[in-house]
Amino acid sequence: MCRICSAETLEKTRQEIRLRSDPSTPCIAVCAGAGCLASGAAEVIAAFEVELESRGLTAAITTRGTGCPGFCERGPIVVIHPQEICYLQVKPADVAEIVATTLVDKQLVERLLYVDPATGSKITREADIPFYKNQQRNILGANSRIDSKSLDDYLAIDGYAALAKALLQMSPDQVLEEIKRSNLRGRGGGGFPVWRKWAESRNAADPTRYVIVNADEGDPGAFMDRALIEGNPHSILEGLIIGAYAVGAHQGFIYVRQEYPLAVENVNLAIRQAEKSGLLGNDILGSGFDFRVQVHKGAGAFVCGESSALMTALEGRAGEPRPKYIHTAVKGVWDKPSVLNNVETWANVPLIIHQSADWFAQFGTAGCKGTKIFSLVGKITNTGLVEVPMGVSLRQIVEQIGGGIPAGKRFKAVQTGGPSGGCIPASQLDLKVDFDELTKAGSMMGSGGMIVMDEDTCMVDIARYFLNFLQDESCGKCTPCREGIRQMLKVLNDITTGKGHEGDIELLEDLAATTIGASLCALGKSAPNPVLSTLKYFRHEYEEHIKNKNCPAYACKSLLAFNIDADKCKACGTCRRSCPAAAISGAKQQVHVVDQQKCTRCGTCFSVCPSAFGAVQRLSGAAAASVSATMTLAPEETG
Amino acid sequence: MESATIDQIIDKHRGEASSLIQIMLDIQGEHHWLPREALDRVSERLQVPMSRIKHIATFYKAFSLVPKGRHEVHVCMGTACHVRGAQRVLDTVQDLTGISPGETDPEMKFSLETVNCLGCCALGPVVELDGKHHGNIDPGQIATVLENCEQGKSQGPTTR
Repeated sequence: MCRICSAETLEKTRQEIRLRSDPSTPCIAVCAGAGCLASGAAEVIAAFEVELESRGLTAAITTRGTGCPGFCERGPIVVIHPQEICYLQVKPADVAEIVATTLVDKQLVERLLYVDPATGSKITREADIPFYKNQQRNILGANSRIDSKSLDDYLAIDGYAALAKALLQMSPDQVLEEIKRSNLRGRGGGGFPVWRKWAESRNAADPTRYVIVNADEGDPGAFMDRALIEGNPHSILEGLIIGAYAVGAHQGFIYVRQEYPLAVENVNLAIRQAEKSGLLGNDILGSGFDFRVQVHKGAGAFVCGESSALMTALEGRAGEPRPKYIHTAVKGVWDKPSVLNNVETWANVPLIIHQSADWFAQFGTAGCKGTKIFSLVGKITNTGLVEVPMGVSLRQIVEQIGGGIPAGKRFKAVQTGGPSGGCIPASQLDLKVDFDELTKAGSMMGSGGMIVMDEDTCMVDIARYFLNFLQDESCGKCTPCREGIRQMLKVLNDITTGKGHEGDIELLEDLAATTIGASLCALGKSAPNPVLSTLKYFRHEYEEHIKNKNCPAYACKSLLAFNIDADKCKACGTCRRSCPAAAISGAKQQVHVVDQQKCTRCGTCFSVCPSAFGAVQRLSGAAAASVSATMTLAPEETG
Repeated sequence: MESATIDQIIDKHRGEASSLIQIMLDIQGEHHWLPREALDRVSERLQVPMSRIKHIATFYKAFSLVPKGRHEVHVCMGTACHVRGAQRVLDTVQDLTGISPGETDPEMKFSLETVNCLGCCALGPVVELDGKHHGNIDPGQIATVLENCEQGKSQGPTTR
């Protein structure tokens, strides 16, 4: 007998859950997302449990591990409900004080509050922190309100209400029409209208159809899909079931990378809970609609994020793409019509059905509706996940929400769209971010990675980095991608190691054009983007590397040298002790010297030399060459 | 690896050829590499040629056809870590261990791998050693981290 077998039992269950949980009961919510776990959240949760137990408070105060609220920079994050007091960078040692001061004595632990860098004042409530205040958290907001492992928590926040509405009050065509009206576009990168894919599958002749969640989030530096599937797996399931109903599919797959073990665990748990409750399986909510879901772990191949490659992998084979003259929506897994959407896309579906297409379309720009989650990382003060309406400017994201560049450095560029995207320079910071504007600027939305770069980032090195990644990840099936990337990388390796020559830039442009024109799938077609966009905005950096063997950002190791200024060195010994290559000699009251033969140019000496001295010099171009040359001629001086 | 364990894994996936990758992932998870005997058994039970199994084993990053060392070092080379100096971290790990990514040293102490994003970009650059994250690491700290791992598992943040 299932617990929830009709709209009435669903609502009854929901009411019971809400009655059971008194919202005024104190609750300690600790982020248990991957970023916070890496900085010790599990120990913090354990410490709270021990502390509450020893004080006999386990009945009066609950502890909950939530999904990622996004402010990874200051993890582990603890929010005390119902007051929403937000404590940042909490350590197990802080736990006893939090329990005694905040939960028992109802006072604040001031030292753990957020300090607004602009005003110096402390902020108590999570929602008042500038990082959150300037966001529109339609999807991500639920993460911190629920325990990611609890179906009841999801039901309490109107979970599966959209499913009941779709299955019992709407026809598949009406669902499709609502999605069409919302103008939802795929969040995985291309921004293809979701309804069109769905309609194509629905209209395909074959009655066996599949719906698939693409959780093979391969872009380095992007982790919003993980946050969603880890933090709120039921919302993805709900979206998937609604999509299946609209398309007429009875089997779904969730393709999730095995590198995300917590996501695999939470989504499997959610499926079991939904099956047990009657929200998956036969005759869902008494509608007569049957649907099942299977989880498939991805074994680690970037190209499997591409639809046809992912579907080949689902069949148990090596994930190589195929030409898509016939769309996968018509011939996908086992040649059956298959709708593949990204995690964030599926997460939007229940919201649209529950709150209407008009509600959804109030956010965003004319062509791109709704919100988008970005992972804001790199040289940025507030690393984390950021959800904003489509169309806000890059400046708002980087400066208002991200808090600008740390350590007083200068903003140089932001890279969007992962390895297939491009770099956008400071001059275009006022660009409105949506699918179309980013493409016009020579980049792309991609899955929403935003890597901020400062003056220390070399743009030629960034292009080399992405091509190196893509060379590794190209499946090798088609020649233009396999060889084109390899040859471009060779040229970039030469340029960044001081072996570049005249004509290299033209050669890169030529290779890029061929790779774009002749590659089989999107991986190859977009692979030259990092090169072309950096050439477009930072051509002078390429020229500096080639003509003067100079890396203006001091990032390309082969073009660098580190030298200690004898007049400034105070013989403190910090650099000597920190050098991992033991390349620095010196003693008390003796000026320190870098042995250029041993030096690996890791830059540790430069970063540890006390700023008051500033004795370590970072050199590139002719200056670096002359230092290396003198030292080679006179090695005995280094003693 | 016991052939009974292999059979158990295969049975769990109902012996279906379409579950080949899932079966291989489970064996890899259990054993940290794919021994030849295990693959022979999979080939026989699923009626899948060894050429296809080897294709998969070499195509996907998760699989290893050679045994791994006692300690697995993962250096994150994601973009966020890259702009914060991951290459210098990797170079130092290579200098200190004497092995390149994908290799295991002759004493079977360390296996070194690069990964494309651990998803904790706020901590970058990050080195993961036996599942424990070492965030905001600079080249000067790596020797200590590597030395400490043989003295039993140290206390601190871990992930599964």
